[in-house]
Amino acid sequence: MRGIILAFGLVITLARMGQAYEIEDERHFGPTGGAEITVLSTTDIAILEPVITAYLDSNPDLGLRYVVASSQEVYRAIAEEAAVFDVVISSAMDLQIKLANDGFALPLPSDVMASQPGWARWRDLLVAVAQEPVVLLLAQGALAPDEAAPRSRRDLIALLRDNPDRFRGRVGTYDPAISGAGYLFAAQDARLSDTFWRLAEVMGRLDARLYCCSSDMIADLDTGRLMVGYNVLGSYALAGGHAGYQVIELEDFTLTLLRTALIPHQSTNPDGAEDFIRHLLSPRVQALVSEGAGLPSVEAAAFERKPHLRPIRLDPGLLANLDRVTRKRFLEEWNAAMVQP
Amino acid sequence: MGKQARLPSLRRRLIWQLLALSAVLALSLYFAVRVGAERASEATLDAVLGAAAQAMAEELRSAEGGLVIAIAPGTFSMLAAMGEERIFYRVDVAGQTVTGYEDLPPPEMPPSALAPIFYTVPFRESDVRIAAVARSVRVDGRAAPALILLGQTREGQGAIAANLGNRAAALGLLVFFVAIPLSLFVARSLFSPIDRLAEAVGRRGPRDLRPVLHAAPAEFAPFVTALNSFIGRLRGTLSQTETFIAEAAHHIRTPLAVMRNDAELALRQSGEEGTRARLRALIRSADDAARSAGQLLDHATVLYRADQADWAAVDLADLTRALVARLAPAAEMKDIGLQLRIDGPLPAVGDVVLIEAALRNILDNAIKYSADETVIDVRAAACGTMARITVSDRGRGLDGVPHDRLKRRFRRGTNVADVAGSGLGLTIVAEAAGAMGGSFSLTPRDGGGTCAALSLPLALS
Repeated sequence: MRGIILAFGLVITLARMGQAYEIEDERHFGPTGGAEITVLSTTDIAILEPVITAYLDSNPDLGLRYVVASSQEVYRAIAEEAAVFDVVISSAMDLQIKLANDGFALPLPSDVMASQPGWARWRDLLVAVAQEPVVLLLAQGALAPDEAAPRSRRDLIALLRDNPDRFRGRVGTYDPAISGAGYLFAAQDARLSDTFWRLAEVMGRLDARLYCCSSDMIADLDTGRLMVGYNVLGSYALAGGHAGYQVIELEDFTLTLLRTALIPHQSTNPDGAEDFIRHLLSPRVQALVSEGAGLPSVEAAAFERKPHLRPIRLDPGLLANLDRVTRKRFLEEWNAAMVQP
Repeated sequence: MGKQARLPSLRRRLIWQLLALSAVLALSLYFAVRVGAERASEATLDAVLGAAAQAMAEELRSAEGGLVIAIAPGTFSMLAAMGEERIFYRVDVAGQTVTGYEDLPPPEMPPSALAPIFYTVPFRESDVRIAAVARSVRVDGRAAPALILLGQTREGQGAIAANLGNRAAALGLLVFFVAIPLSLFVARSLFSPIDRLAEAVGRRGPRDLRPVLHAAPAEFAPFVTALNSFIGRLRGTLSQTETFIAEAAHHIRTPLAVMRNDAELALRQSGEEGTRARLRALIRSADDAARSAGQLLDHATVLYRADQADWAAVDLADLTRALVARLAPAAEMKDIGLQLRIDGPLPAVGDVVLIEAALRNILDNAIKYSADETVIDVRAAACGTMARITVSDRGRGLDGVPHDRLKRRFRRGTNVADVAGSGLGLTIVAEAAGAMGGSFSLTPRDGGGTCAALSLPLALS
C-alpha cells in the first residue's frame, strides 16, 4: 500500500539511489523455460489478465512475464537503464512519445499500423491499444440529497468551495510530481482551461490528498476515506463493479487518454512482441478488452457520441510538457496551489 | 553495276532521335521536379522551423527562481505534423544546457542574433534539420548568451519530394511511351511525300523523260530540280544521238543509191563474167546497206514519235487493209497469197506513222521469211479492250530462240543468215507497240511457221 506520498517518494528516492527502476507487481503466465515475451506495463495485472490468458491459450508453448510499474519508472527503465523488455504499455502518452521520439522504439509491422486510424498511432512506432476517459468520482454521501451532481469543473469548484467542512482532507487526485499520467492530466487540464488552477487552489485549501495511482484512489473511495477523486482513469473506476461511488464525465471537457504500446529497441523477441500487439489490436481482443476488462477499445465513434471527450493528441506536442524547465515551473505552480499558508 | 552503299535509314534515325529526345525529356522532368520539390519544401519547412525557434527564443526570459522558457505544445505538434517528424531541441545559457537534449550538436559557427542558421546533422539514427537562434538573456543581473536549437527530422519532406519525383517520372515515362507511336507516325507522314515522289518516278515507262512535276515539299525542291535538270540533260544527249543516227542514215542512203546505180550500169556494160559476179555482189551489199539505213531511219522516227506522244484517232481496220494492199505486189513476186480477215471497224488511239511502221515490219518479215507459193494469214479483231492484229506465216519459224531476244536491237534469228536484214525490224515493232500502250509477241505457229501478234488498245467509246 503506497497511498501516501511520503512513503512513495521515499521508495522512489531509494530506487533512484540504487539505479534500478521500481516495480509494483510481477507475474508469470504460461510455461517457464521456453520462449517468453516480457511486458512492462502501467496497467494492473487484473485488467489485462483475460487478454493474456486468451493469447497464451492460442500459444500454449509460450510464456509471458508481466511487470507492472508506474509510468515514470517504465520510462526510466527503458530510456535510462536499458531494461530488456519486449513490449511496453503505458498510459503516460507523453513519456511514450518521448521514448519513440528519442529512438528507443522499434518500428511496428505495417499491417498493424495500417489498421489504425491516424490519431491512434504515431509514426510506425507507437500504437494505441485502448482509449479511456479521465473521470471524476464522487463517493456515496458526497452530495446532499437535494444537490445535483456537478457537470463541469465550475460546478465542482462551487461544490467544494461551498462545503469545505464536508470535503476537507477527503479530496484526492494524482500527484503530478510522481505520477507520469497525473502530470500529463494536469498539464493537459491547465492547457485546455484556466479553471484548472482555480480548482487546484480550492483542492489545496481543502488539504487534498495526492496519489500515485488510480487504483489507490479508488480503494480509498470505496472505504469512504475519500469523497471526491479528480482525474481518475475511467477504466479502473468502471472495472470490478465498485458500487461506492458514481463516475462522472465532466461536460466542459473530459480528457481521453490513449494507452499506447511500443516495442523497445532492446527487445530480444521482437517477433513475439509484434504478434502480441497484433493480438491486442485484433477485434476479438478489443471486444474482450472493452467488455471483460473494462478498458474501452480504440474507436473514433466514441468522440461523436460524446462531444465532451477530448482526446489527448498523440504527437510530439506532448514533448513540450516534459521539458525540464517547463515541468519544474509547472510543479512549482502546483505546489504553490496545493500548499497554502 | 556495284552494290549501292547505304547510310542508316533516315526513318530509323528520326525515330531513334525522337525517342532519345523524349527519354532525355522524361529524365530531366523527373530530376527537375524532384530537386525543385525538395528545394521548395526545404525552404518552406526551414521558414517554419526558423520561426518556431525564434518564438522559443523570445519566450526565454529570466524570472525569480531561474530561467523561464515557455514551450508551446502546439509548436511541436505543428513541426511534427508533416510526415510525423521527430522533434529535438536544446537551450543553452552561458554555455550550460538548461533544458532539452544535451547531446544535440550545435552549429559549427555560432548564429547571429538576427537570423536563424540551418544545418543538418545525423542524430539518434536520423538526419535532423536544425534551426539555431542566438540571443542574450539577463541572468543574475548580467547578460548571458543563449543558444536555442530546434530540430526536426525531414522524412515527410523526403517522402513528398520522392513522391512528386516519381509522379513526374511516371508522366515522363508516359510521354516516352506515347512518343513511340507518335514518332513512328511522324516519320511516316514526313517521308510519305518522298515515297510518293519515288513511286511516281518509278512508275514511268523506260522512255518517259518528261520533267518531274509531282508536288514535293519545299525541302525537296532542290532534289527535284536537280533530278529534272538531270532528266533534261539525258533527254538532250539521247535526242542528239538519235538525230545523229538519223542524219547519218540519211547521208549514207544517197551515196549508196548512186553507188548502186553506177554498179548496175557497169553490170550492163561489162561482159566479163568475173567482173559481173563481183558487181552483182556489190549491188546486193548496197541493197543491204540501204535497207539497214532505212530501218535506222525508221527506228529513229519511231523513237521520236513515241517521245512526242502525239496520238490521234485511227481505224486499225482501214490501216491494215491499206497496208496489205500496198505490200501485195511484193508478195506476188514470190507467189505468196495474202489472206485478209477483218472484223468490223477497230477504232484506236495512236500515231498512224508508228502503227504503219510496226505493221509494215511485221508483214515485211513474214514475206521475207516465207517460202514461195505459201499463204500468209492476216487477221484483225477486237479482243477485250485491245485490238489484235495477227500475221501468221508458213515460214522457217523461230528455231527455238525466245522472241524477247529477237526484239532486241541488231539481234537476228539463228536461221536467217541467207536473208538480208538489219535486226532492227522487230525492235521497231516492239518499241512502237510499247509507246502506245500495246504489246507485241512472236510465237511458233502450229504446223510450222510463225505467228506475230500486235495488240493495241481500243479507243474507249
